[in-house]
Order: sequence, then structure tokens, then C-alpha cells
Amino acid sequence: MDEILRIEHLVKTFGTNEVLRDIDFSVSKGDVISIIGASGSGKSTLLRCINMLEESTGGRILYHGRNILAGELDEDQYRTKVGMVFQSFNLFNNYTVLENCIIGQTHVLKRSRDAARDKALEYLSKVGMELYINAKPRQLSGGQKQRVAIARALAMDPEVLLFDEPTSALDPEMVGEVLDVMKDLAKSGMTMLVVTHEMAFARDVSTRVIYMAEGRIEEEGSPKELFNSPKSPRTKEFLSRFMQA
Amino acid sequence: MTIAEMNFFQRMLYILERYGGSLAKGAATTMAIAIICTLLGCVIGFAVGLVQTTEPHKKDDIVKRGVLKVVKVILTAYVEIFRGTPMMLQAAFIYYGMSQLFGINLGMWSAAIIIVSVNTGAYMAETVRGGILSVDPGQSEGARAIGMSHFQTMLLVILPQALRNIMPQIGNNLIINIKDTCVLSIIGTVELFFTFRSISGALYTYFEAATVTMIIYFVLTFACSRILRYAESRMDGPSNFDLATTDTLAFTSGLTRYDEKKGGTH
Ligand SMILES: Nc1ncnc2c1ncn2[C@@H]1O[C@H](COP(=O)(O)OP(=O)(O)O)[C@@H](O)[C@H]1O
Ligand SMILES: [Mg+2]
Repeated sequence: MDEILRIEHLVKTFGTNEVLRDIDFSVSKGDVISIIGASGSGKSTLLRCINMLEESTGGRILYHGRNILAGELDEDQYRTKVGMVFQSFNLFNNYTVLENCIIGQTHVLKRSRDAARDKALEYLSKVGMELYINAKPRQLSGGQKQRVAIARALAMDPEVLLFDEPTSALDPEMVGEVLDVMKDLAKSGMTMLVVTHEMAFARDVSTRVIYMAEGRIEEEGSPKELFNSPKSPRTKEFLSRFMQA
Repeated sequence: MTIAEMNFFQRMLYILERYGGSLAKGAATTMAIAIICTLLGCVIGFAVGLVQTTEPHKKDDIVKRGVLKVVKVILTAYVEIFRGTPMMLQAAFIYYGMSQLFGINLGMWSAAIIIVSVNTGAYMAETVRGGILSVDPGQSEGARAIGMSHFQTMLLVILPQALRNIMPQIGNNLIINIKDTCVLSIIGTVELFFTFRSISGALYTYFEAATVTMIIYFVLTFACSRILRYAESRMDGPSNFDLATTDTLAFTSGLTRYDEKKGGTH
């Protein structure tokens, strides 16, 4: 298997609060990993550490064998390879939809404007937003914003995409359109790490599921293993509570 | 007919006839100083505000951190001193201080421009700092997440939004500057207020001269505030956008109008 990321003994503390304790797992090409767990268990912090928006306290994050926490790779260059989709979209408010998907390509990847525009249009079509290229983010619905945010991330040609609860801020009727885009992405072979409360997505789309509790990986396995026969009593309890709700 | 025999309106007309040229010149000087100094003040304000909102990078060594700290202290002193003292005294202090201490005779124009710019810059620095902090932190995370450097993030994403946020305060500063250039009469700058004093001194018609000059000040400030409003709405862009046609291969072909109110909701 083609390993892209390996997280080793990752630790993160905020003051005295241990938010991530000894996290170990790896991400290979084509993996679609769902991370589930109660609120406050450290899921967002884990993604933010992987993408270096948060400074890790200890451990190693290897990207193709190079430890990014030790500065073995330029931080900004690494980030173009590991894209991120946020719960709150974070589209650039001062640019149009098209410009949102172009600006990183021209300024960071130094692509020509024409090439960047073609690529932006390609991915905007893929997420069904090609008609809205002239709109500003404030003129879009939440679901539309999130689809543009996915196109913006894809336009950078990342190797892995991190999603932090991409549908949690959406009105219920818009959750489906974003999940559909993510399903298509997974099917096309994109490597994805998805923090989610959408258990159906975790069960049906992902290749692996990680259950986090109190900053630790409590259990990890195939969706079948985790959902049908969880080993840990905590996992069992979380899932039963979640399925009821 | 002598001035003493004239009524209020005749006196105002007389002032305009006889001193129209001087008043126009004074108004032009006032506007030139106000506009130039507001722009320079913005440049200073953005530079200072940027430094003051810069957090040391985690990898920076002790020397870099120390330099940043010292620069920040100096800039804070600058902001506090120039905001905390009257501009009229600052004008006297700089103009006469330069000649007395250093033998430098600042020309009337350069003295005026330095004083008002530096003063505006002190106010703008705080405004810019607030403008930068008011931009949603998610904007900079979105930029960093696609690999933008700190510099690119500021230049392409944060500062344009900060600028838009503080446009009303920039307009406010321009209007304040139009009025406050009058303190420059202390160093002999022949601006609108100086012209008023010359006219009223020559004719002993304080009320009429004041009325005429006030009207001129008001026209100037009101015109500026309207123009800035317009600039703000231009920056916001249209409230509706063109929906591209379904023919994704030819985006330049016909566009249909899409109404914001019918389209996006939040
Ligand atoms: N910037 C921060 N400063 C201090 N504590 C934080 C910060 N961010 C997150 N935390 C704490 O870390 C824990 C995990 O948060 P988070 O990663 O957001 O959890 P999750 O995404 O699983 O809901 C929480 O207890 C939260 O209060
Ligand atoms: Mg979270």
C-alpha cells in the first residue's frame, strides 16, 4: 500500500488540558477514513494538527516518510498537498466563486491564469457549481458554499483531503447535496479523512472508521467491524446512543 | 454703496465677488492637504497596524522576537502620543522645533503634510488594527490551508477585507482632516480658514465671512462623504450576479441575470 501519512505518538495539550494522547494511525492512497466520536473528544484538533493549523506538542507526522513537525518539508508546500474543508466553509468573502478556486493555484502553485481557470471550472462543474462562478460567497446557500469550498481544495490537486464536519453547519435539506459530492469523490479514488456525525456515510462510504474518545483512538477498523461487532464497550455505548438519537 | 450700507446677502455677494479667488485657492489647499494626508495616513496606518497585529512565528529566534517587541513598543508610543495631544501643538512643536533644534526650515507645504499625515496615521493605525482583527479568523485559516504564506494571506485575503471594513472610518478621517487643516493656520498655511480670517479681518464682516466659509466647508465635506459612499458600494460589487449558461464549454456566451433575493439564502 502506498502510504501518504503516518501519525506517530501524536500529543497535543492546551495548557494542562491533554486533548490528543498518543495518536497512531496511517493514511494510504485511496483510503476514506471516517473519524467519529463524541463532541470534545479531539477530532477537530487532530485534523488541525495534521494540517499544521495547530502546533502539535509531541510525536511525529510523516508525509511520505518526512517528518513535517521537524521541518523536513516546507510548511506551505505541505499544505498544498493536504487540503482541508472546514465546517464553516471559510471561502474568501472578497472574491467570487471562480476567483476563490483560482487564487491559490496562481499564487501558490504559480499556474498560469488560463490553466487555473480551466481547472477551477472543471472542479466547479464536478460539484455542480459551474453556474455560480460570478457569485460572491454571501450570495450562496450553505450547501453551495461547502461545494465551492470542496472545489477550491480540489483545484490545488491535493493528495489527501481533510474534512472537519463538513455538513454540521448546514440546514438538513442541504446535507445531501454535500454528501453526494463527497461520495463521488470517494468513488473516484480520492484519499479522504472525514470527521463526521453522519453515521450512514461512515458505514457505507468509508474504507476505515476510527472511533475517538477523550483524545485517544479507542477503536479502529473496517466499517463492518466497527458498526456490527465493536470490540470496545465504549464504542458500543457510543454507537448505541448515536443510533437512538 | 459701502459695506456698512449693505444687507446680509449683499455682503456675502460682495465677499464672493472680491475674494472668490482667494476662497477657491484656500479651499483647494485645504482639499489637497486633506486628501494627500488621508492617503499618506492610511499608508502609515496600514504599516503600523500590520506590524501591531503580527504575532511572532513559533520558529523565530530570540533576536527576531526582540526586534519585533521593540518596534511594537515604539509604534505604540507613536500612536498614543499623536492621538493624545492636540494637532495644533504638534504643528507648532514640529515646525518650530525643526528650525530651532536642527536648523531645518520645513516649507509650509511639507510641514503641513508631515503633521497631518503623521497625525492621521496614528488614528488609522488603531482603526486598521481593529479592521484586521474584525476579519473572521476562518478567512486566514482558509488561506493557510491551501498553502498561502502569511504574506499572501494578508495581502490577498485579510487586508482587502479589512480595508472594506474600515472604509467608513477612512471617510470619517478625510472629513475630519478637511476641517482640521484649519489648525495649520498657526504655521501660516494659507488654507480655507486662514482665508476666512484674512477676509473677516480686512472687511470686519465676521458673520457673513463665516457663513460663506462654512457653506464652502460643508459642500466639500458633504461631497466627499457621498463619493466615499459610492466607493463603498462599488467595493461590495453588485447585489445580484450573472448566472453562467449551462454550456460549460463556452462561459463567455450569453449570461442570464440571477437575483440575489431569489437565489442564495443563509
Ligand atoms: N484553542 C483551544 N484552546 C484550548 N482548548 C481547546 C482549543 N481547541 C480545542 N480545545 C479543547 O480541546 C478539546 C477537543 O476539542 P475538539 O478537537 O474541538 O473536539 P471535537 O472536534 O472532537 O469536538 C475540547 O475539550 C476543547 O475544549
Ligand atoms: Mg470539532
